[in-house]
Amino acid sequence: MSETTRVPAPWEPERYELASAPMYRFDLDRRDFFKLLGAGVVVVSVLRPAAWPQESGRTRASRGDALPREIDAWLHLGENGKVTVYTGKVEVGQNIRTSLSQGVAEELHLPLEKIELVMGDTQLTPFDMGTFGSRTTPTMNLQLRKAAAAARNLLIDLASAQWQTERQHLVAADGKVLDPNTKRSAEYAALVKGQQLAQSIPADEPLATAASWTVMGQSPPKVNGVDFVTGKHRYPSDQKLPDVWYGKILRPPSFGATLLSVDSKKAEEMGAVVVRDGNFVGVAAPSSGLSAAAMAAIHAEWKSEPQPSSKDLFDYLKKNTDTASGDGDRYDVGNVDEAFASSGPRVRQTYTVSYIAHVPLEPRAALAEWRGDQLTVWTGTQRPFGVRGELAEAFRMPEDQVRVLMPDTGSAYGGKHTGETAIEAARLARAARRPVKVVWTREEEFTWAYFRPAGVIDVAGSVQSDGAITAWEFHNHNSGSAGIRTFYEIPNQRIVFHPARSPLRQGSYRALAATANHFARESYMDELANGLKMDPLEFRMKNLKNERLRAVFQAAADKFGWGKQKAGPGQGFGMGGGYEKLGNIATFAEVNVDRKSGAVKVVRIVSAFECGAIVNPENLRNQVEGSNVQGLGGALFEAIEFENGRILNGRMSEYRVPRFSDLPSIETVLLDRKDLPSAGAGECPMVGLAPAIANAIFDATGVRLRSLPLVPQGLKIS
Amino acid sequence: MATISLAINGRLYTIEADPQISLLTVLRENLDLTGTKYGCGEGQCGACTVLVEGRAQRSCVTRADNLAQKRITTIEGLAHGEPLHPVQQAFLEEDALQCGYCTPGMIMSAVSLLSRNPHPTRSEIIDSLDGNICRCGAYSRIISAVQKAATALAKSAAGGRP
Repeated sequence: MSETTRVPAPWEPERYELASAPMYRFDLDRRDFFKLLGAGVVVVSVLRPAAWPQESGRTRASRGDALPREIDAWLHLGENGKVTVYTGKVEVGQNIRTSLSQGVAEELHLPLEKIELVMGDTQLTPFDMGTFGSRTTPTMNLQLRKAAAAARNLLIDLASAQWQTERQHLVAADGKVLDPNTKRSAEYAALVKGQQLAQSIPADEPLATAASWTVMGQSPPKVNGVDFVTGKHRYPSDQKLPDVWYGKILRPPSFGATLLSVDSKKAEEMGAVVVRDGNFVGVAAPSSGLSAAAMAAIHAEWKSEPQPSSKDLFDYLKKNTDTASGDGDRYDVGNVDEAFASSGPRVRQTYTVSYIAHVPLEPRAALAEWRGDQLTVWTGTQRPFGVRGELAEAFRMPEDQVRVLMPDTGSAYGGKHTGETAIEAARLARAARRPVKVVWTREEEFTWAYFRPAGVIDVAGSVQSDGAITAWEFHNHNSGSAGIRTFYEIPNQRIVFHPARSPLRQGSYRALAATANHFARESYMDELANGLKMDPLEFRMKNLKNERLRAVFQAAADKFGWGKQKAGPGQGFGMGGGYEKLGNIATFAEVNVDRKSGAVKVVRIVSAFECGAIVNPENLRNQVEGSNVQGLGGALFEAIEFENGRILNGRMSEYRVPRFSDLPSIETVLLDRKDLPSAGAGECPMVGLAPAIANAIFDATGVRLRSLPLVPQGLKIS
Repeated sequence: MATISLAINGRLYTIEADPQISLLTVLRENLDLTGTKYGCGEGQCGACTVLVEGRAQRSCVTRADNLAQKRITTIEGLAHGEPLHPVQQAFLEEDALQCGYCTPGMIMSAVSLLSRNPHPTRSEIIDSLDGNICRCGAYSRIISAVQKAATALAKSAAGGRP
């Protein structure tokens, strides 16, 4: 058993739910690989932080048995010519199973269908911190491509040795190595027959340039798409084992309530196994119907404490700065106080965002099985290794006795980082002495998961008559620091994130606080432009030097037809954009406001997006469109309402999410920068939408809305 | 306990269960037909949509014991191997899914729509599918897929190759 120093976490401070990470234990050597995977060629991908010493030179077919410890993926080319890639990343609908396969196919010169990905299985795949932060494309895709390129070179070496030919005469293509001079060729499968070669990738493995890509840059169909359209794919909530029982958990009547007493006699008489362990009360029974009935038969008494309510939320967040967790991020540039003192009046505005729920269509689910002291859990999570750590901690057992598997899951959006459902299922399975499945109801999902943080953002700025911004002050209370820095060129800035004690459980949500921070910043930019009677695009461009951002704003403006005449009253145009997770987005919106009925309709959205060299254009479009559709909810009408520790709208019939009838026309302009590394796209495209809509509503009506959601009840103007 | 007989995907099943049991629970728990999904339990999201006598129905709010004489079709019964049903094929071709969890319900709702309205307009598709939620936001692709499937079905009905 070897142990490594944990790599510093690249996540943002507001990923509150990740406060404790599991220790990384890893123990496999070369012989283990071939025992596990069969003969052939294995290439391991080693990911190290830039500050660590780089591995130098090429370690061909290493003689020693010990493999590097900081492995993030491995690739096995078997005697049957099939390639199996093992990665701890997981598929939640972002389509990385396909895009990662494309990367491997590109470098290994192998048809896509010969590649299979094993993902998010803590027994088979190397440690991975989790699938979040749009990191899969910029890191894992790159690592797998390097591993595939190394495997290809190894195959050429093998052919070169077999044929006694200089390796530079040989080429790899379509699953074969060939010698164009002699026309001799060999399938990869034949070359690896009987071999047991292991290699770790060198740091400098040259990769195909984006201009030469043939598999990447294309849009192949989703690799396992047929399984999804036929209902064959088994999501976590579809997992089953023989003799499985179904679990239910007793939930408190309100947040912060403590359990005084439990009477579970009736439930036990019904044949259910009842577990009371500290705060945990749960039942397991042979059918979900019986477990629900048994749960209903439990009588529990609770003691409740007064809790905050949503009507007081924003005051509460400003008054309850969380000093315990230390200072939040702070950025100071120039001298803001002097700049404000010497300039004209500063304009102060306050923006707010509500708590919203992820509402993944598949709720949290887990199936747990004990065999002796070995625990196996199938569950939907973006952090299978994190959940393994939570399970090990909950049951006070070593991590190597816990296996977590993550079947491709029915979405997450940052909401499935934690392992509570896995722990619940495992606790009940231990008591029931058989596999137990727990699937949260939609109401549980709305109440006991975590929310996107609410926040209050105070902005002040000062601007010259020519449109140059001279001073900028920006304070975010509670929602987070992602995207908090301005990308406009401003000589004097003070930007501060103030963590607060949140009245509700909060955590990561797609794009994190970048949505809130962009909403405040880009709304405020429009307010400044309006004060100067300057065109908002011209005003932005005057203060913007970043060429990539300028390019997306210009591309979106051109496609949108910015500057065109309005067709009539009630119509409005607006824009918002920014930089996040290595991507650049500009979004323009057209709205229509019916002043009498109050109906606000987003009619048209144009987004221009650039995230380096495009790996899969159709999937990228799908992600940008999806971000805009999902973003409509948080922008227009989604908000969690709560009162004294209870969620008031925790059902699908009470919490409105975007539907077909909310769908605007969405046009997506993709800028393909083949000269730049590929970045992820699951989050950034969302951040421009809310300010674009708010600015368009102002343009249509003269009414400035500064709270998300903007129009949960419509906008009546008398 | 009650004895419930159901004709699903051309097969007859008989189970012993609570008479109140929902069709969704019977499909998923008793018959292991897990292509039909739970999403909300109150008929609001469409993930559990199946066909009863060819018409879309929310299986989470449908009692199983009412369906004795009815023909039930789930996503598993739409095609048997290759070729896929034209709606399934169109969803693949239009990349009309991300996580795919809403997809079975979407497909069943679309099949139901096209069976009674072979040439729906865009706004008829929107009206008809408005009870189906896709949290990943693939709505415009789903509309394209339904339109594409309508064309394919019309061609095969006219005797052309599907």
